Amino acid sequence: MNLWQFVQQNRLEVLQLTLEHLWLVGLSTLFAVVIGIPLGILLTRRPVLEKPVLGAANVMQTIPSLALFGFLLPAPWIGQRADRIAILALTLYALLPLIRNTYVGITGVDRAIVEAGRGMGLTDRQLLFQVELPLAMSVIIAGVRVATVISVGLATIAAAVGAGGLGEYIFRGLAMVNNTVILAGAVPAALLAILADVALGLLEKRLQPAHAR
Amino acid sequence: MAAELAIEFRNVSYLLDHGRELLHDLNLEIHRGETLVLLGRSGSGKTTTLKLINELLTPSSGDLRVNGRSIRDWDPIELRRGIGYVIQEIGLFPHYTVEKNIGLVPKVMGWPGPRIRERVRELLTLVGLDPQIASRYPAQLSGGQRQRVGVARALAADPPILLMDEPFGALDAITRSELQQEFLKLQAQLHKTVVFVTHDLREALLLGTRIALLENGRLVAVLTPEEFAHSTDPLIAAYMAAFRTPLDNTEAR
Repeated sequence: MNLWQFVQQNRLEVLQLTLEHLWLVGLSTLFAVVIGIPLGILLTRRPVLEKPVLGAANVMQTIPSLALFGFLLPAPWIGQRADRIAILALTLYALLPLIRNTYVGITGVDRAIVEAGRGMGLTDRQLLFQVELPLAMSVIIAGVRVATVISVGLATIAAAVGAGGLGEYIFRGLAMVNNTVILAGAVPAALLAILADVALGLLEKRLQPAHAR
Repeated sequence: MAAELAIEFRNVSYLLDHGRELLHDLNLEIHRGETLVLLGRSGSGKTTTLKLINELLTPSSGDLRVNGRSIRDWDPIELRRGIGYVIQEIGLFPHYTVEKNIGLVPKVMGWPGPRIRERVRELLTLVGLDPQIASRYPAQLSGGQRQRVGVARALAADPPILLMDEPFGALDAITRSELQQEFLKLQAQLHKTVVFVTHDLREALLLGTRIALLENGRLVAVLTPEEFAHSTDPLIAAYMAAFRTPLDNTEAR
């Protein structure tokens, strides 16, 4: 049986696993955005925090994902449901690109422009929302893009703790020594990653400051 | 008497965190309506002096009074909104149209929209630009136009004081000369208190009512352009000599 036949015969299951996959990636990316962007902004205001926070986020990236999913199994509340474990782990992985890109995006705004704004009497909040964030937005979206693409790949491993998603097929196929089943998980996951990359790439372009277009 | 002073430096020093002194014991009085030029080479402390006035920097010692009130008693935001700030063209917000650039301070000060639009048109005309360009972005303008927009932006909320940090430094010689002439016309009309930083002696002699010469963070002298040109002080004479030499060479050819 080739891949196409397999997918056709298991349409509903493929669809369900794809939706599960999207749920894991979408929710974890959302959490990472909600935590990571304010944290990145905070670092630009409190430079002493830069090293410890970016360092911690960096260390997080070095933990093998399979191990992290395993570590979280005995955690209270989190460990009770596999999707909670997966979403927490994926959020932690997605934080680094978001914090770093927010920080780099804002500190990369031309100092002369920021100083002009401050000299004109903008408050720190006005400076942030009127000048720094708009000019850093395409760099921040680039961080969201990287985080999303990484998450789509990592989410396949969430199936190891029973969180579902397209990883189900990959692990099942490995157990059955059946390449078709592996591909039934891997190919849709790859397509999701490409789709997310292209969509966020377009958004990144749209949000580029008008002068650079 | 005090009311005639717009800005007053009293024994102001400014040190960097690691102790290097950028400005040493500055005493300087800037009168209402005058154009005081801060002249000096790179690193002489001109820009530092300017940034102390709008509190982008805080004095390490001494006191600075703006409109009779000590810098320590001013709310920095309120202080800065009463002081226009013009830097080289790069200071425009690239993601805002000309209209939004000029209208930003009035907007954050809560002016109603129609009044802002009217003010933007008025200012563009004042600095010699076609109000049609209000919808353009800075990248779509020439260097001279950008600099005019920068001046219009600084004038937006009609501040009594204007700080200009080498505003014409990045322009070609012809455009610079045009803008200098327009600055003189504008100043004759508006009578702002202007503090103007430059390293260009020709510009200083042309635009200043008085010239404050800085060297290594110290104030050397404050003179009118006339006094400056005839001073026997060795440092000032050296400046004038450096200024004359290329001209003389041209004439000799």
